[in-house]
Amino acid sequence: MTLTLDIRKQLPNFMLDVSMTCEAGSLTAIVGPSGAGKSTLVRIIAGLEQPDEGTISLDGTIWNDTVNKQFATPQKRGLGLVFQEYTLFPHLNVRKNVGFAAVDTKCVQGLLEKFGIAHIAESKPCNISGGERQRAAFCQVLAREPVLLLLDEPFSALDIATREGLRKELRDLKKELNIPIIHVTHDLEEAYYLADSIFVMENGKAAPQWLERQKRRFCPEIKHRPHLELVENM
Amino acid sequence: MDLYPLYISAKLAVATTLFIPIVAAPTAYILAFCNFRGKSLIDAVVSLPMVLPPTVLGFGLLIVMGPQGPLGGFWKDLTGERMVFSFSGILLASLVYNLPFAVQPMRASFEKLDIRLLENSAVLGLSSTAAFFRVVLPNSLPGLAASAMLVFAHSLGEFGVILMVGGSIPGSTKVASIAIYEAVEAMRYDDAMYMSLAIIPVSFLALLAINRLNKISRRRL
Repeated sequence: MTLTLDIRKQLPNFMLDVSMTCEAGSLTAIVGPSGAGKSTLVRIIAGLEQPDEGTISLDGTIWNDTVNKQFATPQKRGLGLVFQEYTLFPHLNVRKNVGFAAVDTKCVQGLLEKFGIAHIAESKPCNISGGERQRAAFCQVLAREPVLLLLDEPFSALDIATREGLRKELRDLKKELNIPIIHVTHDLEEAYYLADSIFVMENGKAAPQWLERQKRRFCPEIKHRPHLELVENM
Repeated sequence: MDLYPLYISAKLAVATTLFIPIVAAPTAYILAFCNFRGKSLIDAVVSLPMVLPPTVLGFGLLIVMGPQGPLGGFWKDLTGERMVFSFSGILLASLVYNLPFAVQPMRASFEKLDIRLLENSAVLGLSSTAAFFRVVLPNSLPGLAASAMLVFAHSLGEFGVILMVGGSIPGSTKVASIAIYEAVEAMRYDDAMYMSLAIIPVSFLALLAINRLNKISRRRL
């Protein structure tokens, strides 16, 4: 499964202009300073916003094609999105949140146990910690068996210890899920730890030619490394 | 003292409270979450009964709901009965008159809802209608209840619109407020006082409930 996108969208201060390909089983990190257009990119991939021009497709299935005026709504994309903020439904307990859009409700208990939150299954989101909420959010998204996983700074509101734990869980998860994962973060360390390839976004641009140059610096852990000057500027 | 006007008032208030969400909830949802050309116009039309003198609104409804009016004519063809000067007529007038009082608290309640919950439900595959029933409504219950209480209390005290559309037919359209007015006109002050004393505590309790629900709503979100 491969996500291919080539989109442009005029934002208030700059033009978001991104071309990238994400392979199944790999995690692509998008790093960059606040306001670089990272979250907008994620929202466009999710179908919550539309690009001014360009195409997005997953394995030949067109999600966006501005020329032919094709647009698949978020409901039809079948992807999973873990937001930066807690977006569990406050009126439902953790179990019902996880089963909210589950393809098979039998998998709910398994996911709760896997993420170590089975003991809080009957609790409401307001009564659990931030780390537990994000674990529950991961379970909710995975229960839908997504074709693509989008993570929009899911660990940014968590304390360091919880963040470390969830990073490890995500790295394990990446091996199990054979889908493309796009992880937006402003934490370079996190990106280096998790990613197979890294895009550095600045003023809406993630230049592909720059990434090609970095392939020469290939290392077993990370296939593409961001340009050091850009990293220092961040 | 004739207690029938109190019964008609209670029946009208309950019926209005039960039926109004069918129109008010989708209207509030659209006004809260959708952006389109003409939204301000719809907003103004919905709020119009709040600022119009009840007699003006009542006169307008009388024209529309009269036997020669579009709605009244249609109703007569459908049921063989006239719409004005009937309970169905005052119920419809009450629904129109109360619409802004139902829509405004609902809209405020919907607008307090975190938009990301709706985005999350969309990404999780829920249609807008499903999200409305599974996400918006359950998370707006205190606001919806406050809206219902306000409509109920407001319906109990309706006078001008009901008088214009329903007249004062005993056992059919003569509500408590009209009965009180007529009792005062006829200098039956005891009747007027007893009927007023029956309405005041119900309205007062409804307002207390609204305040309580607003507090719960603020705490939850």
